[in-house]
Amino acid sequence: MYKIKKEQISALLETVGKAMDLYLPVNNNGKTNFGFWTEDAKVDLETLKTVKSPKDAFFPQSEVLYSCYKDAKKIEITPQELVNRDFVIFGVRACDVRGFQVLDRVFLADPVDTYYAARREHGIVVSLACGEPEESCFCKVFDIDAAAPEGDVVMWAVEDCYCMEAKTEKGENFLELVKEHLEPASDEDSQKTAAEQEKIRQIIEKFPYSHLSLEGWDGNATKEKFDDPRWKELSDACLACGTCTFSCPTCQCYDIRDFNTGHGVQRYRCWDSCMYSDFTLMAHGNNRTTQMQRFRQRFMHKLVYYPANNDGMYSCVGCGRCVEKCPQGLNIVKVIKRMGGSK
Amino acid sequence: MQEELIRRAKELLGDGTVVRVMGWRKGDLSFNPEPALFETEESLAEFVYDGFCGANLSKYMIKLSKLEGKTLVFLKPCDTYSFNQLVKEHRVDREKAYIIGVGCDGSLDVDAMKEKGAKGIQEITEDGDTVTVRAIYGDKTFDREDVILERCRACKGGAHMVYDELASNADEEKPARDGRFSLVEKIEVMDPKERFAFWQNELSRCIRCNACRNVCPACSCIKCVFDNDRYDTAQKANADTFEEQMFHIIRAFHVAGRCTDCGECSRVCPEHIPLHLLNRKFIKDINTFYGDYQAGADTDSRAPLTNFTTEDVEPSIVQERG
Repeated sequence: MYKIKKEQISALLETVGKAMDLYLPVNNNGKTNFGFWTEDAKVDLETLKTVKSPKDAFFPQSEVLYSCYKDAKKIEITPQELVNRDFVIFGVRACDVRGFQVLDRVFLADPVDTYYAARREHGIVVSLACGEPEESCFCKVFDIDAAAPEGDVVMWAVEDCYCMEAKTEKGENFLELVKEHLEPASDEDSQKTAAEQEKIRQIIEKFPYSHLSLEGWDGNATKEKFDDPRWKELSDACLACGTCTFSCPTCQCYDIRDFNTGHGVQRYRCWDSCMYSDFTLMAHGNNRTTQMQRFRQRFMHKLVYYPANNDGMYSCVGCGRCVEKCPQGLNIVKVIKRMGGSK
Repeated sequence: MQEELIRRAKELLGDGTVVRVMGWRKGDLSFNPEPALFETEESLAEFVYDGFCGANLSKYMIKLSKLEGKTLVFLKPCDTYSFNQLVKEHRVDREKAYIIGVGCDGSLDVDAMKEKGAKGIQEITEDGDTVTVRAIYGDKTFDREDVILERCRACKGGAHMVYDELASNADEEKPARDGRFSLVEKIEVMDPKERFAFWQNELSRCIRCNACRNVCPACSCIKCVFDNDRYDTAQKANADTFEEQMFHIIRAFHVAGRCTDCGECSRVCPEHIPLHLLNRKFIKDINTFYGDYQAGADTDSRAPLTNFTTEDVEPSIVQERG
């Protein structure tokens, strides 16, 4: 394990940022989101949850797939260049790292999504344990340990230092790049890190959602849950906005559209939301015509369909962003509670 | 207060005056009640009315006034402007609503509490002007004034513009607050470059979730132009920075003269973009050029932007003002 004084971290980030693209939490007018490092970026490693999850790093909200250019009778088609240089995504929380794994099972399964795969191959994930988890967190419910995130490198904030440990070869290479800023951690530092982890785990025990039961929610519950009459009352207040889906680390649905450039077309894909009225609109029409059906889709996908197709793994990681951000106070926890349990 | 509202709702359901109740249901945290429909007296056990019931229930009445029978709806003073405006635009049927006007001390803003250091919130309690937060990383006590939504600091006053009855906490005499346009004035004095940079920076955070549009009582189009696949206007993502500005600017223009300044757009924005200031600028200009006007104050006056008079300003005023 290595360590670095907190006051030195900006020097480390500068080394990384000058060597490769560095994607990390940046504050803009009071709100923190992942963005690219620049010399004057207001880096913010204190805010627990960025408004949007960091999934943009691998699955951007909008990306061009290929471009067509028309010149008289000739049409030229240019594929979008894939990411081919390493980049770092820094300060990712445990829940969001698990979010990447949820996306992997979708985009890296056959047929592999080459755009996503290229980013994933070149992305180095530096995670950060949650020193002060908050009331809307429920990662523990999904067996995620906020005190020991996964990632290529894991960091812990311990007193006035960050302790860092590489977990993969990519991680070793990252620490090699920044070694001038690091010093080896002592046994005492390791003990302090362990104590910090213990403290985090104890805090999490006190949160209202930490002991949420997932009983009744699994890949076998399709019929029972789909037909449950309670979806109506749960979705009555839903505005059909995309706040939950766009802040979510695991929502993965996208739409493919053409942008008319005047002399051709840019074919791009962008995040879609099952909350939107044209979600999965097909030539024959739409198979979900009410907000109740769209609302149901979101939670069935997270808690039933995805586990059914992925060895029981849920596609919720308990980050709590929807809990904090839903304009009308709806969220997945309320759904789990009100419709959970066995019959 | 809550008990009184539940009692009245039960009576009105019981005697058949209404067949359903639109109110708020208790959340599972102190600060997340949700708008909810209650169709039985028993279900009202979950009804809540507290400082976190900021959601404006008027827009739900578009849907509910199309159903059989009357709906009881609880409206705070500022919500009644939205309701009236929807009646004026023939989007809501007044006869299908039974309105209880409830008093409001200003809607609480949990994000403001978090910004002021409340972290790991376990419980929030209100006692008059004091708000107490019990939290894992340290309890906090706030003056209500410091943790209410910005819209409430520019409160239009305690009077309800429309109601069938008033709850006992309604305070029709409560005056409007001063300085409704102070934040707009701060932006007006910026030079054009600075102002452009201000909005560009704010709007650059937009994630196109459409929460502002979907919550807005003035945005009641059945199919929004930005959702329409048949033309090139559909926008699910911002293709460039121009588009993120275009969405908000077009929306602001479309609700001009109809926006009641309920402030829901800014309340729901996950990125805290002060969207209501765009609308408030229009309101200020309308007041200046066409005389004081408050959308939703009544249901029968002619709206300034759809009512030509010979005293109207000439369009060239735009150039003259710079």
